[in-house]
Amino acid sequence: MQVPAPFEYERATSVDHAIGLLERLGDSARLIAGGHSLLPMMKLRLVNLEYVIDINDLHGELGYIRFTPDEVRIGALTRHRELLESDELAGIFPIFRDAERVIADPVVRNRGTLGGSLCQADPSEDLSAVCTTLDASCVIRSATGERVVSMNQFHRGPYETAVGDDEMLLEIRIPVRSGGSSAYEKVERRAGDWAVTSCGAAVWMDDGKIVDARVGLAAVGPNTTGIPEISALLRGRAPSEEQYAQAGAIAARSCSPTTDMRGTAEYKRHLADELTRRTLRRAVARIAQAPRPGGL
Amino acid sequence: MQVSMTVNGEPVAEEIEGRLLLVHFLRDQLRLTGTHWGCDTSNCGTCVVWLDGEPVKSCTVLAAMAGGKQVRTVEGLETDGVLDPIQQGFMECHGLQCGFCTPGMLMTARALLDRTPNPSEHQIREAISGQICRCTGYATIVRSVQWASENRIAEREAEREAERAATRTTDREPEVAS
Repeated sequence: MQVPAPFEYERATSVDHAIGLLERLGDSARLIAGGHSLLPMMKLRLVNLEYVIDINDLHGELGYIRFTPDEVRIGALTRHRELLESDELAGIFPIFRDAERVIADPVVRNRGTLGGSLCQADPSEDLSAVCTTLDASCVIRSATGERVVSMNQFHRGPYETAVGDDEMLLEIRIPVRSGGSSAYEKVERRAGDWAVTSCGAAVWMDDGKIVDARVGLAAVGPNTTGIPEISALLRGRAPSEEQYAQAGAIAARSCSPTTDMRGTAEYKRHLADELTRRTLRRAVARIAQAPRPGGL
Repeated sequence: MQVSMTVNGEPVAEEIEGRLLLVHFLRDQLRLTGTHWGCDTSNCGTCVVWLDGEPVKSCTVLAAMAGGKQVRTVEGLETDGVLDPIQQGFMECHGLQCGFCTPGMLMTARALLDRTPNPSEHQIREAISGQICRCTGYATIVRSVQWASENRIAEREAEREAERAATRTTDREPEVAS
């Protein structure tokens, strides 16, 4: 039987209340949202806390997807199911629906949240790769004010983020640029499993040429990483199979997978290559299929 | 700490430890042992209950997190001794063998039918993809959900027919009166 070590349960009634509790309780406390990452770690005694602060009642305040011409803003407590089911989000960033379809299973998706996934910072976690691919930024609040950090700054390493002990992730902001689309693909051993390797790609085009392209990989190294070399390669070029192959080769040599029960390092490098090609190809095909002026 | 919630329509208030998981609260404290406790790692899905109308894996929810909320367990499916169509479907189509996964399957499938009354086989399989049947009896589970779906349609058609009949009677009434 797996049971967490004893702790005190607190329930936050507002963002300010949650931050007040964090400020008072320091590193002995952590926020719990969906709990599907934190509770398993607490059961295994990998995480031991004195206080757990339940923020699920803040869903009304922090569960939203808002659209402006320049930006999509997603509240940190937005649940996987809400991200999966939003047609408007899928229209602008199809990568979200691609990824959410293969994150855990439908029942787990009823609980898990975007903010919780990012704060867990698991190297195999899919939404960190999605947000990295889309060049998202994260709004972090403390009692003294708010700051906005890029995904690169946010994700410091495995299970480590820029969010301090007395801070809270409130919102994820994703820039909307014209002429673009995106895609995500994951190879997993069975439904709902962690990725053997997954890959996200976003491409922006103008007049038949790639203006910008971003690729993010998960599960093939200590961090969920974007690959700037691929962006540099593709900018200014017309998309072609040759470009995708070169990008795939860069992905395979840029990552640092390890051999484990999910596969050998060699196989994961092969997947990084193949999935990079596939997602770039699909993102470009989506731009051609559904040109949305002003939309990504 | 004190926690109070509504379980299958009944208010409950209990003294618990903050670390108590919802599955153990239901089974050990309330003696509602219909909800099963399986893998303990949110993989097998036999512990699925509804929390404010949404299926959740109760091995990965604190009992304290359910405070103030509505919980529905497999015991809450039948009403006045009449089985829910999903339970009837599992009976008709041999949807259970050892029965261990059944409570989670029932709760997840019932939630699916509430949102998607006529699911395709693919949608059913996707909905139960977070549930493991250790007897591997998925084919009959899918058939059971389909049975419930078809018979719920039949129920609704019967209701609509009854309504139409009632309307016709009402329409005719003035004639009879005159």
